[in-house]
Amino acid sequence: MAAGSRPAAIRQNLSRPPRRTGFRQDKSRMSLAHEHPAMGPRKARPAGRVSYQTKMRLVPFAYVAPAMALFALLMLYPMVAVLRYSLQDRAITKKNAAFVGLDNYQTIFSDPVFWQAVGNTLYFTVVSVVFHLLIGLGFALMLNSDRVNPTLRSVLRVLYILPWLFTAVIIAIIWRLLLDPEGVINGVLMSLHIVDFKVEWFSSPNTALHALTFVNIWAGYPLYMVSLLAGLQGISRDLYEAAGIDGANAWQKFRYVTIPQLTPIMLSIAMLDFIWTMQVFALVWMTTGGGPIYATEVLSTYTYKQAFSQYQFSLASASAVCILILSLGVTYFYIKHQKAR
Amino acid sequence: MAKRSPGRKVLPTILIHLGLAVGLVFACFPIVWMFFTSLKSNTEIFTLPPQLLPKELTFSAYAAIFNDPTNLRFFLNSYLVAGAVAVLTVLIALPAAYSFSRFSFRFKNTLNVFIISTQTVPPITLLIPYFGMVVMFGIFDTYFALILTYMVFTLPYAILLLTGYLNTLPRELDEAVLVDGGTNWSALWRVIVPLSVPGIVATAVYTFLLAWNEFLFALTLTKSMSMRTVPIGIELLMGQHAFKWNEMMAMSVLGSLPLLVLYLLAQRYFLAGMTAGAIKA
Repeated sequence: MAAGSRPAAIRQNLSRPPRRTGFRQDKSRMSLAHEHPAMGPRKARPAGRVSYQTKMRLVPFAYVAPAMALFALLMLYPMVAVLRYSLQDRAITKKNAAFVGLDNYQTIFSDPVFWQAVGNTLYFTVVSVVFHLLIGLGFALMLNSDRVNPTLRSVLRVLYILPWLFTAVIIAIIWRLLLDPEGVINGVLMSLHIVDFKVEWFSSPNTALHALTFVNIWAGYPLYMVSLLAGLQGISRDLYEAAGIDGANAWQKFRYVTIPQLTPIMLSIAMLDFIWTMQVFALVWMTTGGGPIYATEVLSTYTYKQAFSQYQFSLASASAVCILILSLGVTYFYIKHQKAR
Repeated sequence: MAKRSPGRKVLPTILIHLGLAVGLVFACFPIVWMFFTSLKSNTEIFTLPPQLLPKELTFSAYAAIFNDPTNLRFFLNSYLVAGAVAVLTVLIALPAAYSFSRFSFRFKNTLNVFIISTQTVPPITLLIPYFGMVVMFGIFDTYFALILTYMVFTLPYAILLLTGYLNTLPRELDEAVLVDGGTNWSALWRVIVPLSVPGIVATAVYTFLLAWNEFLFALTLTKSMSMRTVPIGIELLMGQHAFKWNEMMAMSVLGSLPLLVLYLLAQRYFLAGMTAGAIKA
């Protein structure tokens, strides 16, 4: 796919005007393009046989059927199942688990750890998204500057994306090494006299959540950078020239041309990022495991522990449904935003 | 931008390059550190003041990884699962994308919104019922459990990316086949697929990346050492010998290598995938 056509396929899909909606309007085209030429569209058929047009009407569904079957089995059914588990007592572990209404929700809502996980998740997510955006935008603007040599720019772009390639487990391990009390970060900070003792970044309750969030910021900004860089390159030069003629200085050009032009991209990426960051599991699991003493417990680790350490699948399902509702809530705004674009 | 007087131009240029240099250290230092740590002997890991380059270059960590057949099995499993997921995803996503791109039909818009929404469903929410289902189907601790569940997360993205790509190919191509008496099915495989190689490569490469990096399902839906994938292998290494940092870094380097190579060879395909609603697992 050409580099220029980058801005998300999702956006292309949604923002395309709903041309040829409804089957009826489409018939003329359908009969031209999709019917066998030997059969005229209005040709009478023997009664009792499925008409050719009915068959043709089913063709598009046949093409999407395998994908949809998989989604039904592995997306819709599990969502119904998890909802059902969340209303049962000791689901999965007990046959014919009894229906208990909202008891499981009451149990987790009265669990202080759950609320700490909610708070940690929100902090982790909001701070990550804000810094992802700032760093991504900063890098994109610097790379896009015409004061930078094009070769240098393309080399740096490749290098700046690198953190995004690494899987969460590897990111976790790299940063456990760097942030080890004996590690290089403490070494550098101590020799610069910024800290005067060996900070236990991941094992002190005061620093663990911040350290974790920092690592996630490091791992996640490239998506913004790449998208915003594509967005910047898509802004017409004419806009800047027009602003220049109106006497705008560099800041005003940035404030009144660049930012408004990038806002739709920033909003969609930020919403997707918000949803995905809220669901982060592997990074937390591999750095702190939610500890020390729940200091970095997030909703996904809380749910996982309920399910696979405590075998409280009903409570875990209730908490999983909460994450699902939060995610779908943001998704609703995301889709609305995409459609509006 | 027009040329300005040199006096106005130098300072911002210096500042920008300074910013770029800081950014480079921020982005790459951890990766460089990982790489050189994998070449150190384990006694050299934590030295004060910290040393980036090993005093004595050694490949013993890599040798240790390669000499353990369990580790090799992790790699084999990861290649198998990620490869199968990439191939199957493309095969199932292609007809669906073709349908979205070429036909208009009832519920098309609804299905499109559905597919986009599926990208945001939390894996942890699906994991609990998957656990029950996988046990019920008798595929717990098999490749099949991973391949099947990974596809739920790769398919939406693949359909979106491929639909976007197919939309760039003119409809006249299909119509030529239809006029010659062919069907849409033959148009798809004989004409559209050969022309969609870049889109297919982008989809496959990115799908491979998602499957290669997945952790949560691999952790929960497999159990025996012979079914574990590379990310779990690294986790196990962490648990087994918490202090063999050089081996963990060597394993991490090896575990990132396929993606790095793919990225450097097919950079623009990666970027296409990344921004196509980049689902990162």
